[in-house]
Order: sequence, then C-alpha cells, then structure tokens
Amino acid sequence: MSAAQWRRAMSTGLAGAAPRVPVGRTAAPSPAPAADPFAHSDAPRWLKHLWRTLAPRHVFTALLVLIFPFVATPFFTFQVASQSLVLGLIALSLTFLAGYGGMVSLAQMTVAGIAGYTMAVLGTSSSPEISLGWPWWVAVPAAVLLATVCSALIGWLSVRTEGIYTIMITLAIGVAFYYIVLQNYSVFNGFQGLRELKPPTVFGVQWRDPLPFYFLCLFWAGAGYFLVRYVVRAPFGIALQGIRDNPRRMEALGYGVVAHRVAAYALSGLLAAVAGILLAWYNALMTPGSVGTGWLINILVIAVLGGMKHPIGAFLGALVFVLLQTFAIDVIDRERFNLVIGTVFLAIVLFSPDGLLGLWAKLRSRLSPTQAMTSPQRRQP
Amino acid sequence: MGPRNRLLLWLLVGGPIAVFSLWAAFDNTRLYFVTLLNGLTLASLYFIVASGFTLVFGLMRNVNLAHGSLYLLGGYVGYVVAGITGWWVVALAVGFLAAALGGLLMQVLILRHMQGQELRQTMVTIGLSIVIADILLWIFTGQVHQLEAPEWLQGPIRGIPLINAYSAYRLSLLGFGIAIGIGLWWLLNRTRVGMMIRAGVDDRGMLAASGINVNRVFAITFALGAGLAGFGGVIGAVELSMVPGEDTRLLLVSLIVVIVGGMGSVPGAAIGAVILGLAETYGLAYAPTYSVVFTFVILILVLAFRPRGIMGGKG
Repeated sequence: MSAAQWRRAMSTGLAGAAPRVPVGRTAAPSPAPAADPFAHSDAPRWLKHLWRTLAPRHVFTALLVLIFPFVATPFFTFQVASQSLVLGLIALSLTFLAGYGGMVSLAQMTVAGIAGYTMAVLGTSSSPEISLGWPWWVAVPAAVLLATVCSALIGWLSVRTEGIYTIMITLAIGVAFYYIVLQNYSVFNGFQGLRELKPPTVFGVQWRDPLPFYFLCLFWAGAGYFLVRYVVRAPFGIALQGIRDNPRRMEALGYGVVAHRVAAYALSGLLAAVAGILLAWYNALMTPGSVGTGWLINILVIAVLGGMKHPIGAFLGALVFVLLQTFAIDVIDRERFNLVIGTVFLAIVLFSPDGLLGLWAKLRSRLSPTQAMTSPQRRQP
Repeated sequence: MGPRNRLLLWLLVGGPIAVFSLWAAFDNTRLYFVTLLNGLTLASLYFIVASGFTLVFGLMRNVNLAHGSLYLLGGYVGYVVAGITGWWVVALAVGFLAAALGGLLMQVLILRHMQGQELRQTMVTIGLSIVIADILLWIFTGQVHQLEAPEWLQGPIRGIPLINAYSAYRLSLLGFGIAIGIGLWWLLNRTRVGMMIRAGVDDRGMLAASGINVNRVFAITFALGAGLAGFGGVIGAVELSMVPGEDTRLLLVSLIVVIVGGMGSVPGAAIGAVILGLAETYGLAYAPTYSVVFTFVILILVLAFRPRGIMGGKG
C-alpha cells in the first residue's frame, strides 16, 4: 500500500478507529437519522455537519463564554477568565504535542516567552534603549514567526532522541533560556525585564480593558482549539498519532517521522507564541520569572490536570489552576500555593492519570453503565 | 562518522579553544590558571550531584526531576546537623543519609508501583519536587543559609606555583570528586551489587529472570543516587550557599551534564561535569553576561552532533 493510499484509508475508514477517540465525542449520542431535517435537503454542507455534531452542551458552553463577561465583575473577566484562556492556550500547545504526538515538551512556556520578549524588544516598552519601537503590526507577527521557528528548532534538537529524553532536553533548554534572560542585560534587561507592554489601541478600542481583552483571548483560544480539533483529524494529525503509537511502523510505511514531529513542534510553537503575546499583554511585562522553571512546570501541571486526551482539557485545567491560584490561597497561607498545586498535581498523577476529563469519564461510565466510555486505545505512556 | 570528519570536528571544536587558551594563558597567567582550578573544583561538585542522577537514570530509565530538591534537602539537613553537633563530617554523613532515605521512600512508596511508566514516574518526581521545594521554603524561609567550612579546611593554601594561593576548601572539592569517582568505579566494577546494577542497565528483564531481586537493586541504586545528591548538597552548602532556587540550578546542571556526557554513564558524567564546570567558570571570568550562553551552545552542539551524548552508546 502506498503512502498516499494509506493516508486516504486512514483519513476515511480508519479515522473512527484511530487509537485516540476524543472522550466527549464517543459519549455524544448521534442524532437519529429521522430527526435530521437536512438529510435530504440541499442545505450547505457546513450546516449539515454542524447539525449532526452539535450537542446541547456545545451550545450551552458557547452561550456561557459569550454571556459571562457581561454578568461577571471585571475582576473575574480579566484575572480569572482571560488568564485561564491564555494559560489554557499554552497548555493546549502542550496537549497537542504530548497527547497527539507523544512528545512531552517542557519548553512551551519558553516558546511563549520568546514571543513575548521578541515583541518587547522589537516593539515598545519602558526601556527605550533596548526596544526598537517598531509598530505592533510588524513586531507582533515577527515575534510569532520567530517563536515558531525557535519551537521547530527545539523540536529538531529533541526529536533526535526519543521518549523520556525529550522531557530532559526540553527542560534543559527551557531552564537555560531562563538563565540567559536573567543574566543578560543588553537585550533582555536582566532581572528587571521589560515593562509597560501594552496592547495597541486598534479601532479605537483599548484592548487591555477587561471586556475587549477577554474577547481577544477568547477569539485566539477558540481559534487554537478549533485548529487543533481540525488538525488531529486531518491526514497530518492522523499520521502524527500513528507516529506516537508506533514510529517504526510509520517509518516503514514511508512517513518522514522526524519531519512530522518537527512540524508538530512548529504548530504547537505557533499556538504557544500567540498565547505568549497575549500573556505579555496580560502581565504588561516580561521578566525572567515568567519563563522560570516554575512556569515551565505549571504548564505541564495545567495540561495534566485537565487531561491530555482532548483539547478542552487544557482550558479546563487552566480554569482550575487559576481558580486555585486565586482562591485556595485565601483558605490557607498565601505563601503556600505551590504546596497546594503540587499536592493536587501529585494526586492527579497518582490516582487519575487522565486528569479531570478522566475523572469525568469514569464518573459517567459509573452512572450509566450502558454507554461504553472507553474505546480500545493504547495506554498513554 | 569517518576519521576525516572526526578530525574536522576536533579541529572545529578544539581549534578555537586552543587559541583562546594560548591567548588567555599569556595575557593573564594567574587569572587563567585560577579559573582553571575554579572550573575543575566546580566540576567536582557537579560530578558528585550528576553521577547520582545518571546512575538512577541508567538503571531505571527514571528521570528523577526531584534530584535538585534532594540536593537542597541534603544541604539543609547538613546545615541543621552541623549547627547542633558542630562537626562538618557528621553533617556530610547525615546529609547523605537523609537524602538517601528520601530517595528510598520515593522509590519504595511511589515509583515502584508504576514500573515501566516512565512518563508518569517523571511527572511524579516533578510533583514531589514542587512539594519538597515548598516545604523547605516553609521551614527555612527564603534567606541565604551558608555552612562554614571545617577549621582544618579554612583559609588559603599558599605557595602554589603560578597562582600563589588558593582556597583549601575548594581544593578539597577536587579530592572529594576524585574520591567519589573512584568509589563509584569500585562499587560498579568490583562488587556484587555493582555487577547487578551493570547487568540491570544492560537488560533488566534478564537480571530478574536470573533470580535477582530487582526491586532491591532498584531501591539500593535509588538510595545511592539520592544520597549522592544530598552529599553534594552539604558540600555545596559551603561553596555555593543555599537559597530556594539552587535546586533548579543543580537540576539543570545534572540534566546538562548527563545530556552532554551520555545518559546513564558515570564516566560520561565526569566528562560532562568537567566540560560544564570549565565552560561556566571561564564564561563568568571572561564574558560575564554571556556565560550561560556557552553552556547553552555546548548543549546544542552535543545534541546536534551526538544526540546521545559523548559517552552515550546506542541506548
């Protein structure tokens, strides 16, 4: 079977039997054909598709995220919701890489940080002797591009070895980047970092006000989410999942394993870079602390917390993380947040490796035993 | 890699270093040799910490990301013990034992139950490192703790050619590093446990099949590896002082040493430690704001040309 034929077979017949069936998807009862008003009409294809896949919970979620900022306080909109969306987008880049590519990279925050720092250096900040002062519509795309290229390079370096080495190499690269920005004053301004990074005022909107910023984050988070959803069902994503499960077989079938992996790194880098820009605007500064080890690991914590079996897990994890960060410290000592998040992370890894989504799936399968929740899938290492 | 390519690589890497060494040695002889000694003594500390990391990794394929926390744990315990007893040597022993006990508990209570799930084990160690680091921060706060060198190692040694005087304690680090290296070599090559460990590195399944209690070998190795981190912690507590964040630094050092040297190889850890120690001290002495960049460049060069490290086999 040629590679092209295989690809076709994978994307049509076998797609449903792909090792990873998103958790939510298996549970959704497909609407009965009789209830499908578009079955014989000549409505556009996207409308038919939408009708078949849309479940009440999708509509509910969409309404919730759209109405939420108008009823919530600005604090919730900005500090909780926007931050969750941004962190979720970075975690999503890791979920894509780890869940679908089998490569757990700890350098996603580094990629986001490269984007943020590049924007700060090329654009405007409080340090005019460092920042070049380019307009935002040059600085931002350039930053995203550079971070994506860096992500591909990190990927190229780390995919030359396999499995558990990836986590070591990416962690080493990430921590080394932290020490570089910490020690270097001529480009990164050392410990002080670069401050007063404000989103531009476009169309007369102050984009850092809670409401516009929320929708900005929502737009890009949604774009990232649907991009990942699309890519993992496209031939590239199916091949990537094949490589995750058995790289040697895919190699034998004529796939460029390294090329697919590096491309996956590049795509995840794109997501992380966009989120990195948003994060820089959210914090209004870039300091070494924002790319420190704590944050490198926090991204992994968020992704694992939510569950890596489905893209939505990243945002779920981010929401829980931010809520913990905001409110758990009121209950116990403010200084002990790391203890809380570390314990929660340990508990999740020890008792529910699939994260909150895994817990949810377990709960549902217990409540309604007739619906098989588990698909025959490989145990994720 | 053919012999010609290898020669080219040696020239490409060795040439600039040789030129720099010649220039630096003639430009400021004392600075050059003091830096050399600084680099080698730092490398000893790095080797002690990283050899534990590589030992555990080689046998169990377990990336113990709590290694830096064990280092810090050993250092703090050593600090407390030295404060009570006043004996640095006792602190050294207790620091080793405390970290070894910590590692043993980790292996027996948690990691043993997820054998073969490398990623999950690694994530557990990440979780543990967060928790341990925060508990240590809670107890010892963010202040800088420094252990005093024992009296017989205080003060400089005078009359050394070229560099005049040099700290006795730092020089003793070199001795510690060499002693640990020889001890590890002896343990691995001349004892029964070492034989089991080496056999386990090559083929874990076969070792178990030949009637060895693999779990015990694992527990011993993990305790030894963690203990070395704690030992390094007490040594480093004098030399580098202890603050929260040192755990990350030593973890990074262990990672880079092991990646550069070759994963799971003790001689590789020695080579990696020397390269990293020298690069860091020369970087700090001659180009302060870019010293980490050298480390980074070394990491990338090795990964690009020898993805499995200098002494790394086929894995």
